[in-house]
Amino acid sequence: MAGGKGAGGFFKLVVVMIAILALGIGAFQPLMRAMKLGLDLRGGVYILAQAQSTPEHAVTNEDMVALERVMRDRVDQLGIAEPVIQREGSDRLIIQLAGYDNPEEAVKMIGKTAQLEFRTSDGQVVVSGKDLKDAKAVIDQQTREPEITLKFNAEGTKKFAEITQKLVSSYSRGDPRRHIAIYLDNQLLTNPHVDEAIPSGEAVIRGGFASFQEAANLAALLRGGALPVPVQIIERRAVGPTLGADSLAKSKTAIIAGLVLIALFMLVVYRLPGLVADFSLIIYGLIVLGVLWALKATLTLPGIAGLLLSVGMAVDANVIIYERLKEELRNGKTLRAAIDAGFKQAFTTIFDSNATTVLAALVLYFLGSGTVRGFAITLSLGIAASMFTAITLTRFLLHLVIGVPAFHKLWLYGVKEEQIPVAARGEI
Amino acid sequence: MNFNFDFVGRRKWWYALSLLIIIPGLIAMALHRPVLNFGIDFTGGNIIQVQFQQPVTAGQVREVLGGLDLGNSSIQAAGNNEFLIRTTELNEEQTDQVIGALRDKLGQLDLKRNEKVGATIGRELTIKGIEAMAIAWVLMIIYITIRFEFLSGLAAILALIHDVLVTIGFFAIFRWEVDSTFVAAILTIIGYSINDTIVIFDRIRENLRLRKKETIEELVNRSINQSLTRSINTVLTVIIALLALMLLGGETTRTFALAMLIGTISGAYSSIFTASPLWIDFRNLSREHHRQAAATKAATKAKTRKVTSN
Repeated sequence: MAGGKGAGGFFKLVVVMIAILALGIGAFQPLMRAMKLGLDLRGGVYILAQAQSTPEHAVTNEDMVALERVMRDRVDQLGIAEPVIQREGSDRLIIQLAGYDNPEEAVKMIGKTAQLEFRTSDGQVVVSGKDLKDAKAVIDQQTREPEITLKFNAEGTKKFAEITQKLVSSYSRGDPRRHIAIYLDNQLLTNPHVDEAIPSGEAVIRGGFASFQEAANLAALLRGGALPVPVQIIERRAVGPTLGADSLAKSKTAIIAGLVLIALFMLVVYRLPGLVADFSLIIYGLIVLGVLWALKATLTLPGIAGLLLSVGMAVDANVIIYERLKEELRNGKTLRAAIDAGFKQAFTTIFDSNATTVLAALVLYFLGSGTVRGFAITLSLGIAASMFTAITLTRFLLHLVIGVPAFHKLWLYGVKEEQIPVAARGEI
Repeated sequence: MNFNFDFVGRRKWWYALSLLIIIPGLIAMALHRPVLNFGIDFTGGNIIQVQFQQPVTAGQVREVLGGLDLGNSSIQAAGNNEFLIRTTELNEEQTDQVIGALRDKLGQLDLKRNEKVGATIGRELTIKGIEAMAIAWVLMIIYITIRFEFLSGLAAILALIHDVLVTIGFFAIFRWEVDSTFVAAILTIIGYSINDTIVIFDRIRENLRLRKKETIEELVNRSINQSLTRSINTVLTVIIALLALMLLGGETTRTFALAMLIGTISGAYSSIFTASPLWIDFRNLSREHHRQAAATKAATKAKTRKVTSN
């Protein structure tokens, strides 16, 4: 009878463990593959741009909305799949382009801090970038020549109408002074001749383009130059794809080596419960990765380091429980009673020690930014998941284990027979 | 295993050992300008990592940079014909010039990393980090005061300040470069240290409830001994993870792993040798204070009674 029950218990335990193992092997790879990798792991560009207030003009929310639109335009021209463009604070913009092969080109495109100015021959600035609404390259239907159409906003229209009227009436056709030069960051882009007064706010730059591409590039520059305020790149991180791949490979090796060593350590030090802890850790890892994936978190190098570290800390909950378990066994309790007492005693300890750490993580989340924030999330998540698995799964598995009579030997729990009171011996 | 070490009896020695490590670090910080070897994450600047396709020496790289008035930049070999170049803050044009010059004079290269951090970012990072730490400490003291008592909170916070000082001290003495992952490391160390201390305090709390006929020193010793195996095993698993990261994880996470390694060991030490002994000393001090206050009160009461009886 007892043997039959033991065999049933053993069967149940094996089924559960195989299920966990299968889940671990089956879900781990796809989860890792589905995870969004940070720039440091796949190469790419991170840019933090700051809009500059000038004495005449403080940066407004509208400026930032316009800036974001311009930046999105520029990024789209690079044809990047999943650009991340987000506001930070009142005057900053984060632009992240992951997996882009040519970081330098992207930086150039985005980094055009472009102050667009229309100047007359005497160097006077008549219209500036913020007056320009749009610039487009088109092919003229009659001449089949590429040209650029410009659209000004209300104020720009007024200014442009005045100056073209003045130039047309002051100078004769062909006079070099009848030109309006367009400068981008003090570099001359083009110097078109003014044929007639333009009151409509819609101008055309015609001729002089070798190809449509050239016109399109210039149009993009003009559009880009239509930044509402000067912008400066205050932080820029570009990681080449080879370095990213290298970091990814290295951190993978580190993770695997770290996990295997920790698992072995638990097995050697805590024997059977150690094995149980290893299975709990598989589920722990899946929970953490699964939640990170559901949160659409991006895995970065420091993030991976934090995760690996969290495994080390997750083991702590099990260690606390097992030390209690051994103590209770040495006090002469039966296995079942010792397990229950161990968990009960360990719970307050685990709760109090983790609560203080979560408190710190909360502060980091609310005060920190970027990486620190991500770190706080990973840390809290790791703590919650480790508490959950240690208290529920480890306990469940341990109860399954003691359902098998063959697993009642004390040495399997790291306790020697002579350490327990004589009266209690043989009653396990 | 059953341990029976006298941990708190020699607490003056443990305090001295801590000071022996912390004070040189503080001196190193006082003597050096800047206090720590801050990387570009804090000071602002550029890092360019290039790999040449042909043999190139650091001297050649320096020569090229010298031609651009960047001769005092830090140039560090990072593998096969690979160099990490740290300069002061450059704008986009200047960066282009540097890369162009390297390419012109030393041949084809692979630009592996090109980073720039503005000085304001670094300043913000530092200020925000310190702010966050201060607030976290206050909240931790409040939590521990509610769950334990105020003196436990104070001792735990001092122990974690100890760990922060030890870690920063090592970085100050050896002039290891401090980057933004260092901030994350310090924050993790704080989390670890407090965690470790609470586990022992929890045991003390439990033993206080069922206090036997023993002095407070004996009780604390017993509590530490009971938690010792756990302390050692936990710190070992964390160290395993960190060593794997340090030896296999590559350049970028090395600072993080190194800082964590020092902090974790210090954290395990301080929970046993700093936090618990400090708690005893604080407790004795406050008992003493109370006793004296009570004595003076009793004395004045007796006096007034005498006066009124007359």
